[in-house]
Amino acid sequence: MALQAIAFYLMAAATIASAIAVVSSRNPVHSVLFLIASFFSAAGLFVLLGAEFLAMLLVVVYVGAVAVLFLFVVMMLDVDFAELRQGFARYMPLGGLIAGGLAIEMVVVSTTVATHGAARLSEAPMASGSSGPGVTNAEAIGGVLYTDYVYLFQAAGMVLLVAMIGAIVLTLRHKPGVKRQVIMDQVLRTPESGMRMVSPKPGEGID
Amino acid sequence: MSIGLAHYLAVAAILFTIGVFGIFVNRKNIIVILMSVELILLAVNINLVAFSAYLGNVTGQIFAMLVLTVAAAEAAVGLAILVTFFRNRGDIAVDDASMMKG
Repeated sequence: MALQAIAFYLMAAATIASAIAVVSSRNPVHSVLFLIASFFSAAGLFVLLGAEFLAMLLVVVYVGAVAVLFLFVVMMLDVDFAELRQGFARYMPLGGLIAGGLAIEMVVVSTTVATHGAARLSEAPMASGSSGPGVTNAEAIGGVLYTDYVYLFQAAGMVLLVAMIGAIVLTLRHKPGVKRQVIMDQVLRTPESGMRMVSPKPGEGID
Repeated sequence: MSIGLAHYLAVAAILFTIGVFGIFVNRKNIIVILMSVELILLAVNINLVAFSAYLGNVTGQIFAMLVLTVAAAEAAVGLAILVTFFRNRGDIAVDDASMMKG
């Protein structure tokens, strides 16, 4: 139990420290790297909670895809980031005040809900839900995801498809002056349009 | 002392407010704003998974997966918009983006 507590405090501290570094570091590349660290530590918290499948999903989806996408964009855009940080000191007091107040409120409310709430909570995290012992986390998720929530699952796939098409449409660019194949023109070509009968006179060329 | 639901909720609340704070202080830098939104969604995910674990109900983890999906889609489309914006303007200063103004 003590080992779990130590692991929890270590990973929670790592998550929060790297989240602070994300919003306060000068270089956006460092921000992205700290974001990756934050997601890694959060994946550790998920493992502690018994949600191994989501922890691995977090690592694969966020660290493998989203964070790398951020890294690509940050490095692709040639922007003077020092200029973008100008308002940092000016908005710091107001932002700190609002965020601090919000943090205190949320911690108080959520702690009260967790300790005196109406919901019946278990003492320790239960990995596989109510399916009983011996069922792994992935099995439990699969058993619910493909039965009760199959339409939601399909909708999630639809969201990803729309996002993919949207990203391609937004960033696709047709450069003028590039020769490319137009299949419709090729298919619509007839012998009449492609061939011309001429009878040149002796001593004269064609055209 | 044992780690209860309150501990996880506190971590998620702090993470959420760090994200809000990041949106406040990095008003000009839209890339960091997008990262702050990712942090906020991560806080939501921690909440969902913690409740799912302590209530013994796996539905919360399904919800967390959907949040993850939407976050990935949002990041992809947001960054695509950012790239297009940069191509058209040459910088990413969002506070004077008024091209759409009539």
